Amino acid sequence: MAASSRAQVLDLYRAMLRESKRFSAYNYRTYAIRRIRDAFRENKNVKDPVEIQTLVNKARRDLGIIRRQCLNDHPKQLNSACAAVEGEAAEAPLCLLPGTAHPLLCPDCGRTRVKVHISHLYSTDKLVIENQEKPRT
Amino acid sequence: MLLRAGWRRAALFVTVAPGPRPTVPSRGLRLSVVDDAPQSAVPTDAAAAPEAEVGLRPLYMDVQATTPLDPRVLDAMLPYLINYYGNPHSRTHAYGWESEAAMEHARQGVARFYKSRKKHVITTQTEHKCVLDSCRSLEAEGFRVTYLPVQKSGIIELKELEAAIQPDTSLVSVMTVNNEIGVKQPIAEIGQICSSRKVYFHTDAAQAVGKIPLDVNDMKIDLMSISGHKIYGPKGVGAIYIRRRPRVRVEPLQSGGGQERGMRSGTVPTPLVVGLGAACEVAQQEMEYDHKRISKLADQLIQKIMKSLPNVVMNGDPEQHYPGCINLSFAYVEGESLLMALKDVALSSGSACTSASLEPSYVLRAIGTDEDLAHSSIRFGIGRFTTEEEVDYTVEKCVQHVKRLREMSPLWEMVQDGIDLKSIKWTQH
Repeated sequence: MAASSRAQVLDLYRAMLRESKRFSAYNYRTYAIRRIRDAFRENKNVKDPVEIQTLVNKARRDLGIIRRQCLNDHPKQLNSACAAVEGEAAEAPLCLLPGTAHPLLCPDCGRTRVKVHISHLYSTDKLVIENQEKPRT
Repeated sequence: MLLRAGWRRAALFVTVAPGPRPTVPSRGLRLSVVDDAPQSAVPTDAAAAPEAEVGLRPLYMDVQATTPLDPRVLDAMLPYLINYYGNPHSRTHAYGWESEAAMEHARQGVARFYKSRKKHVITTQTEHKCVLDSCRSLEAEGFRVTYLPVQKSGIIELKELEAAIQPDTSLVSVMTVNNEIGVKQPIAEIGQICSSRKVYFHTDAAQAVGKIPLDVNDMKIDLMSISGHKIYGPKGVGAIYIRRRPRVRVEPLQSGGGQERGMRSGTVPTPLVVGLGAACEVAQQEMEYDHKRISKLADQLIQKIMKSLPNVVMNGDPEQHYPGCINLSFAYVEGESLLMALKDVALSSGSACTSASLEPSYVLRAIGTDEDLAHSSIRFGIGRFTTEEEVDYTVEKCVQHVKRLREMSPLWEMVQDGIDLKSIKWTQH
């Protein structure tokens, strides 16, 4: 696995800061932005590619955590998340960020917003019976 | 005409922003209407702090009472509340196995602090009882309890401890970091004394775990108490470390199903335990960074307050001190009135469990502060999520209100005129 390039690390940094700004709680938002900045600054002189890859992987995991937690933060946002839509758009999507221009598209990533429950963020394997249903349909 | 119609139509579509005041009585803490946009409830980073408006929440500076849940901890807990809901004691199916695996993994996380191979951790739901109350009930059962006095700095005298150990002493219990004044006791030395005299050593490390390095082997600790909600973990869970070699025999408080090797019966709450493990793991990683930041903020707070106000006393030893817990006494100002004046900052004087009573804190009395200074003490708590802006705002408001309250105080007037308050003979009618 090739080590992450400088561009990838910077992209990750920007993505993390962008996601952190969406926390609605003041303390979480300021902590996340500050910690991310300090952590990337602290590690900017690391040269060992293996260590760099470990740090990048950890950062990716933390980015996932921030994404999920931003949705949990504002209870209304729980019901709406960006999803790549295969096929037709979902019915009755709700835009819950006031001030957004288009009610159907997310301002950040441009994908269609769909209704999502918290359990979608922490998905698990299907049950055995769900595999058996497929051949019938 | 067209313009007016346009305005009316526009007015219909405008969402009612802060909205009508909530009519439900909310106990003095006004909550913002649910329809609000997710804006920060506290003055933004860039702007200077305005007056607190209706519907905004106060700043949180009471981390010794409890801490907010770290988002990483919540993220670790949620799968066990949503999908992986098995009972960890079910041995016969995958739901139980995965739950048990999570519980054991969390145990490793908690045990991580100890750097020792002698791990024996029990997870339990600890109710918050003052150790003193427990000692009092032990006395009722027939034990003898010696309450060691502390010096003015809040640290116990080691020679007194040595002198107090008798042939039938079974347990020494000393708090690692005090929750009211933040004083760190010399745990390593105490552990040394206890192990040489073959006495069990228990320490209540609720405020210290994850904040200062603790090694149970170096410090010769036999029993250690940990509280989940003091280290940015969930409320309702705690742990006790019980040393295995040399074996510490413990009798169960809760008997029944025989869980946790018979020491604490009852189903182990997997989501809470996973949260505790995650909190300890995060704390281990962040300890150095947090300690540096908190020390810096604490220094700033103390320097600014001391510079702007005279007659401020910091309770507790300045050297052996955990920086995140600052207890200041403002002379000639009543503590409760200052707390009420600082209504946009969540502070406390003394500990949460004694805040209902009107007595001054027994800790301050034990370190020998005067009665009037004990009544005017405030505890500032700085934690992982506290920002510099919050500290600045708190300092500003504190200085402003102390000055205002002192203006109103006749005692302060007398002091300004040079009268020594101790020399006054108050008349009795």
